Amino acid sequence: MSETIAAISTAPGEGGIGIVRVSGPASLDIMRKMMSGCPDEVTPRHAYYGKVVADSYESDPETIDEAVFLYMKGPASYTGEDMLEIQGHGSNVSLRAILRAVVSSGIDGVRMAEPGEFTKTAFLNGKMDLTQAEAVIDIIKAKTELSLGIAESQKEGRLGDAVRDIRSMLLDILAEMAVDIDYPESEVYDEYDSPEEESKDSSSEFVNRLRWVISDVQDLMDSAYIGRIAREGVRAVIAGKPNAGKSSLMNALLGEGRVIVTDVPGTTRDTVEETASVAGIPIVLVDTAGLRETEDQVEKIGIERTTRALASADIVILVFDGSEKLDEEDEKVLQFIEKMNTGNLIAVINKEDLGRTVSSEDVLSRLPDASVISTSLIGSAANEAARRISEKIGEILDLGNIDVRESNIITNERHLQLLRNAEMNLDEAIVMLQNGEPMEVAELSVRYAFNSLGTIIGEEAGDEVLDRVFSKFCLGK
Amino acid sequence: MISNDRYNIIVIGAGHAGCEAGLASARMGMRTAIFCTDIESVAMMPCNPSIGGTGKGHLVREIDALGGEMGLNIDKTFIQSKMLNTSKGPAVHSLRAQADKHRYHQEMLHTIEQQERLDLIAGEITGLVVDKETAAGDEDTSGQGYRCTGRVTGVTTADGRTLSADAVIICTGTFLGGKIFIGDDVTVSGPAGMPPACELGENLRELGFPVRRFKTGTPARMLRDTLDYSKMKEQKGDDHIVPFSFMNEDKTYDIQQISCWLSYTNEETHRIILDNIHRSAMYSGNIVGVGPRYCPSIEDKVSRFTDRKRHQLFVEPEGLDTDWMYIQGMSSSLPEDVQHAFYSTIPGLEHASIVAPAYAIEYDCVDPLSLKPSLESKILDNLFCAGQFNGSSGYEEAAAQGLIAGINAVRKLRGESPLVLRRDQAYIGVLIDDLVTKGTNEPYRIMTSRAEYRLLLRQDNADRRLTPIGYEYGSVSEERYQRYLTKTERVDAEIARLRSKRTDIDSFRAFLVRHECDLQAGVLDEATIERKKRDIAETGNQTFADILRRPVITYDDLAEIDDESRPSLGINEKTEVEVILKYDGYIRKQINEVEKMRNLESKNLSEDLVYNDIKGLRLEARQKLTEIRPRTLGQASRISGVSPADINVLLIYLEKEMRSSQR
Repeated sequence: MSETIAAISTAPGEGGIGIVRVSGPASLDIMRKMMSGCPDEVTPRHAYYGKVVADSYESDPETIDEAVFLYMKGPASYTGEDMLEIQGHGSNVSLRAILRAVVSSGIDGVRMAEPGEFTKTAFLNGKMDLTQAEAVIDIIKAKTELSLGIAESQKEGRLGDAVRDIRSMLLDILAEMAVDIDYPESEVYDEYDSPEEESKDSSSEFVNRLRWVISDVQDLMDSAYIGRIAREGVRAVIAGKPNAGKSSLMNALLGEGRVIVTDVPGTTRDTVEETASVAGIPIVLVDTAGLRETEDQVEKIGIERTTRALASADIVILVFDGSEKLDEEDEKVLQFIEKMNTGNLIAVINKEDLGRTVSSEDVLSRLPDASVISTSLIGSAANEAARRISEKIGEILDLGNIDVRESNIITNERHLQLLRNAEMNLDEAIVMLQNGEPMEVAELSVRYAFNSLGTIIGEEAGDEVLDRVFSKFCLGK
Repeated sequence: MISNDRYNIIVIGAGHAGCEAGLASARMGMRTAIFCTDIESVAMMPCNPSIGGTGKGHLVREIDALGGEMGLNIDKTFIQSKMLNTSKGPAVHSLRAQADKHRYHQEMLHTIEQQERLDLIAGEITGLVVDKETAAGDEDTSGQGYRCTGRVTGVTTADGRTLSADAVIICTGTFLGGKIFIGDDVTVSGPAGMPPACELGENLRELGFPVRRFKTGTPARMLRDTLDYSKMKEQKGDDHIVPFSFMNEDKTYDIQQISCWLSYTNEETHRIILDNIHRSAMYSGNIVGVGPRYCPSIEDKVSRFTDRKRHQLFVEPEGLDTDWMYIQGMSSSLPEDVQHAFYSTIPGLEHASIVAPAYAIEYDCVDPLSLKPSLESKILDNLFCAGQFNGSSGYEEAAAQGLIAGINAVRKLRGESPLVLRRDQAYIGVLIDDLVTKGTNEPYRIMTSRAEYRLLLRQDNADRRLTPIGYEYGSVSEERYQRYLTKTERVDAEIARLRSKRTDIDSFRAFLVRHECDLQAGVLDEATIERKKRDIAETGNQTFADILRRPVITYDDLAEIDDESRPSLGINEKTEVEVILKYDGYIRKQINEVEKMRNLESKNLSEDLVYNDIKGLRLEARQKLTEIRPRTLGQASRISGVSPADINVLLIYLEKEMRSSQR
């Protein structure tokens, strides 16, 4: 079969490394596209270390992660097909980002793997013993039941409702297209005087309605953001010049002394991730190394990581040493943040006890959207500061009223992918209709979108369109 | 009349299915007899006087491409022709012709009479002769699903004779157990007062066939001169007539076309119907049969869609030599007095003289899940079934099945593999696969929306899709095949030429500006045209094939920048070149899907697979698979209740079996 499948193949949860596995004829193409500086000749079974990027053919591609790329040429592989392993960092976030990049690489025939599909392919390609057939069936069954369980629970939940609503709108559109195509001479509404007038300009009408549907799909995809928060937590990145008190803040928020706090600048050389719970919402606190010019190689890497962490942050917490005038290093941080143009910003002016050289106004004049808190991150004042920051985080995310567990969320990368497929197909349909391309061609794209949405809630495409046609329209001789 | 009591193949019924089945069988060399209760019923059109329409027109083209008769016959007898959906793309262009009913019947009768090896016999078939000893199927331990109980070896007739045959094809239409309803009035009858076949249905029930009742209906017929055409809107045929048959592609048709007429019901019509709805046979409880949703009676329309203030109806002539007019859209089972009352509220029909009232008809048919994809019965070997008997509706659906049943009966007798068309090959494939895989709870009508590969299944490429297959399977004549080869060669050569042909860059851009800007002046606004001009000024040169992909450019337009290498093609060849190139890009989107399905379709499932013994299948899947016994994994995947996981389990199972057997 000409398809290439991909999936995260390490267990969920934070591990040292995580693997995205790809099987199928496009494996090598994916490696070339996603590995920055991929050599022209790729030796099978050779470990290549490099940056994972969305598109290495672009001039300045965005780095997703650093990883080891391992290409195996079929049939000498687990599945018997060409395979690629991308071994990245173990965090869910980066693995998902890699997988997403693989399936939306734009290379033909690449899709997410079905449950148990790697094993199935391996068996069908003769890579497994006959006696293992039963075991293969068990694996497929177990995995399918698991994903059916997820689909089942989505059916009940608000995602299910939202998807059903969108599908119903599409069903109306598909039904009307079907009537338009299959009953060209039928008058389906009273107000028109002749069948010819009725069908006039139906395509611009369809375009408008498809636009509504797309915006609903996009809303749903945006809710994936909240879904990710429920799953992985809010990423709150703490930044500031060395020794401003970032680690103290992190410790205060965590309520325990996990990060080494000393007076020597640059103690935290790497990013440190910890998860705390703020107002019931998991918050991933990322303590970063300071941003400053340095010759220290290790620290340089830390600083690079900091910039990356900031780019992926949901909330940035900036820490200033309020007892000293804002200096060059603070300036660097400020410039960086200004450039980032992030909305969710908390500025903490620390070391109040040592004197108030920096005022709220000083910070606000540079970062007008920031919430500013002046405090001392020692003793009970630190706890008080942590409480106030937690509140701010809650306010910023406006999550006070949302019970995350029951909210309309997309927790599954597969669902997000299916929504993206639907969006893409709807977009295509709109463009086609606008370009005056045939309705039955645009209809096909709408149908694909409809099917993608059906997959989320585990509904098979059946005779729904025709059922809708005959329940809604009075047709026939 | 009967020269010999021994036939290879006996066809029961001479409707659209029976005619195709009989002709295919005789043309493929079998001694064949077609039985009908009345010679007048040969290719009779008991309902609407037209052939084709959306989906149905595609079927006629496919029947023709496989060597069937329907397309040729309507080309001889049409009185109006119209290509529907021309505002849309070529995949859904659909041809429809108004037929002269009487001449349609006459011409088909003539063709049958002229056909060697084919006898047409008036007589009712009362039962099947079955040899129970030769039950071919192995003992089915599951106890579920349809089991083969023997082989058909002949038929018995109402006049007490027994005729033997190697295969029998049932095409009984609405004649089998036919019952006509007009209000309280119930008459045992075939359509249009033809003699029904009453005993065969009972015989089939006794033999264990899952026989059930479906119903359909037809509107009243009115006398031409009693209608007021000034109150209705004229519906004319097309100026340029396109024939159905590939064999008539070069012919020009210069006939006087007859118009149809459009009118509407009104609130008074609806009031009369609703006031008398209790007198309708449908509401009396007399009818047990299930009617089609897409062919509702006027009382159904009025009571289900109460918000509609009017419904449209078309007045269609039934032929040149008859005064009968057919009132499309107004079928009913109300009593005649109510029919008179409501029909006369309609503009144009106020003083209509009704010559035949509307009626509902109920008939026996078989659950198509008891059929194989070859249309052979799972219950009796060598028994094939086609048309309304299989739960379909429509002349074209019937003819398509009749043709396939005829071909496959012959192939079965010769020990050859059956012709089973895939869903990506033909609407015929969609029709039969839907029937035998999903079954149907109402008379089944083809619709283009039922085809997932609609872009591939165009009426313009029916010959390309099916004529080589028909030739291979023996239903296509040498003459047709040679013609097909010639046309295809010319078209392919031209496509190849266009794929590499270019003109110089200046002519290319000037051509685009002329067609996409200058000629669009009235359609597009000034700004768009300016933008297009700028785009064109930066567009690099393209091949003619690429230029043709642009929406407004036609093949004829290209002549402006072409040279002497351009061949002079016929109109159909031009269309084919244009459509193939224009659709190329769209079709690619479907190819992946098609390949996936072909892969599953190529994995055969044995008829005597015991699904209960396959570990890992869910209970529902086991039951459904046992009942339907799909022929391929592809067919299995379309059964509702069989999940993708079950398909994977089957895939693993098949692989395991294959490897075990290789040991």
